[in-house]
Amino acid sequence: MTERTIAVDYLARVEGEGALRVRLAGREVAEIELRIFEPPRFFEALLRGRMYGEAPDITARICGICPVAYQMSACHAVERALGIRVDGALRDLRRVLYCGEWIESHALHLYLLHAPDFLGLPDAVRLAKERPELVRQGLALKKAGNTVLSVLGGREIHPVNVRVGGFYRLPSTEELGALRTTLRSAIDLAEATVRFTEELAYPDVDEPYEFVALRHPEEYPMNEGRITSSAGLSLDAADFEREFEEVQVAHSHALHCRRRGGGSYLVGPLARYSLNSDRLTPRAASAARHAGLGREVRNPYRSIQVRAVEILFACEEALRLLDRYQPPERAWVAAPDRVSGGTGAAITEAPRGMLYHRYRLGADGRIEEARIVAPTSQNQMRIEDDLRGVVRRSVDRDDAGIADACEKAIRNHDPCISCATHFLRLDLRREGAA
Amino acid sequence: MPRVPRPRVAVYKFASCDGCQLTLLDCEDELLAVAGAVEIALFREASSATVEGPYDLAIVEGSVTTPHDLELVRQVRAEARFLLTIGACATAGGIQALRNFGDVAEFARAVYARPEYIATLATSTPISAHVPVDFELRGCPINKGQLLEVISAFLGDRAPNVPTESVCGECKRRGNVCVVVAHGTPCLGPVTQTGCGAICPAYHRGCYGCFGPQDTPNAPSLVRRLRELGLAPADVQRVFRTFNAAAPAFREASESAAAPAGGAP
Repeated sequence: MTERTIAVDYLARVEGEGALRVRLAGREVAEIELRIFEPPRFFEALLRGRMYGEAPDITARICGICPVAYQMSACHAVERALGIRVDGALRDLRRVLYCGEWIESHALHLYLLHAPDFLGLPDAVRLAKERPELVRQGLALKKAGNTVLSVLGGREIHPVNVRVGGFYRLPSTEELGALRTTLRSAIDLAEATVRFTEELAYPDVDEPYEFVALRHPEEYPMNEGRITSSAGLSLDAADFEREFEEVQVAHSHALHCRRRGGGSYLVGPLARYSLNSDRLTPRAASAARHAGLGREVRNPYRSIQVRAVEILFACEEALRLLDRYQPPERAWVAAPDRVSGGTGAAITEAPRGMLYHRYRLGADGRIEEARIVAPTSQNQMRIEDDLRGVVRRSVDRDDAGIADACEKAIRNHDPCISCATHFLRLDLRREGAA
Repeated sequence: MPRVPRPRVAVYKFASCDGCQLTLLDCEDELLAVAGAVEIALFREASSATVEGPYDLAIVEGSVTTPHDLELVRQVRAEARFLLTIGACATAGGIQALRNFGDVAEFARAVYARPEYIATLATSTPISAHVPVDFELRGCPINKGQLLEVISAFLGDRAPNVPTESVCGECKRRGNVCVVVAHGTPCLGPVTQTGCGAICPAYHRGCYGCFGPQDTPNAPSLVRRLRELGLAPADVQRVFRTFNAAAPAFREASESAAAPAGGAP
């Protein structure tokens, strides 16, 4: 029986650095290694001893692609520990800020990283030569998301205006007026984006995912909701560690997350959409139907369409919230004068899926213990499962062809390796069928 | 199109959050112009196509934290005519340099069940601690306008116009009310390099020093002022120990702040 090893030394068009190795024994997949060599930065260790108010700015630095997600999960977790609640207009503004990050992050992935795969091109620069109007449309949409971030947050990457309890400063009427104009034109760009995805060709794949995402009684989930799975799970964020565990596998230098006593699951746009498509705006729901998406989407290649629908939703939702905005009296809800310690856990929906934070605070308001589980660490096992199928389907291709198919399958999930707080390298070995 | 070959640019990443590389992709209005003026030969986050070195311009994000980084950083230098480091990680060691004040083995035990598998250095250091660097662009993250200025200066073969004065000048020009004078809010603006647009005071909070020390920081004076504003020595130490904690001026300030004399002469 012939053995083949296919290696990709550096995965391209993903955030952060990883590698892939596939070993085939004859036609069977003997081994798949998705290796992540992003060095550890020890965030959970260096948060100890910091004041609770520093958690949003420090954890934002875990990921430059989705800093708002880190700021939001950190704020909600700390607020639960302090026993304060952020409601009304402040809650709406947070949701608008999060919409900005979804728009920016999804547009980046969709146009600059993912679309080239469907058009047989190596990158967006080459895409811009063939379809300049398309790339300009993508950049304009991305810029609209970034404008939300810079107006409400002060800057696009690592915004400075988020604090525990709300914001440092409320936006002015003039700032919000300009933002509404930006969002109105972004809605048209987002609809055009969904239409663009309709012209792409999709492999016919149907994966048996267990989807896990937040679900909220009224909203498409961002900041709040119960952890919900397609296998019937429903629990509060505080119980996340009861159902899910991080493990450091033998032969592995990584922590990755799985269902306790169970297997892989998927977080991110496919999971969020499949569990919450009934919570979309009518326009986003109609665009999804027109694009051929059902209530659930189990084809990972169609994640590009789901991201397009979520961009459209986020543009509309941000505009809806700004249209009804009445400035609150204060920019933030004050914490109690005397902090008595306590533990708080929260999950919010980062563009790439559920982001869990838990903090234990001491009586002096210092962080005694921090736990962070990023979306990418939750999707690791599931991406590996996808790859087994990809390799099986492309086994007759040459090595370069298999490597290419695997890279594309990884990019379907928009993995953010920088996010994987405490990964060193993932070196998964499983029993092959050989 | 010019007939002369376009400069070859390579983008590298060490320990970082990817935000400074993303700043390049966030130049939505200028990205295609930049891509037309240079040949992007290596930029893994953005392209599957790569061209072998040597490169005219290497743009490096991230700090040196692993034994492998020590080798890679020399290779990057050897292949680059002009080496530009971007962001607080690459220029000062970043937030992960907090390990320099602690025990990295203990950090690893706090995060990993099997810390013996973790190949990491005891410190996080800037690129310039290992190889000569031609220009350091500060910020956590860097400013998009400054990045475009440095790339334009490289293409025009001139020195970049990147001011090294404090945030205070920019803050005054922006018309901000001084948060220290008006509200008694602790602010690192007087000792921090400008370039961000003085955004924190514009959003009613104190500067937290994400661009690192300005060229002539009077940190001991600011330490005294922060103590007068009611910060305990440990809190003064904390405000200097964030994203540029290992930059010499901030490191010295944080060490003196917690000294028994409280930093006063």
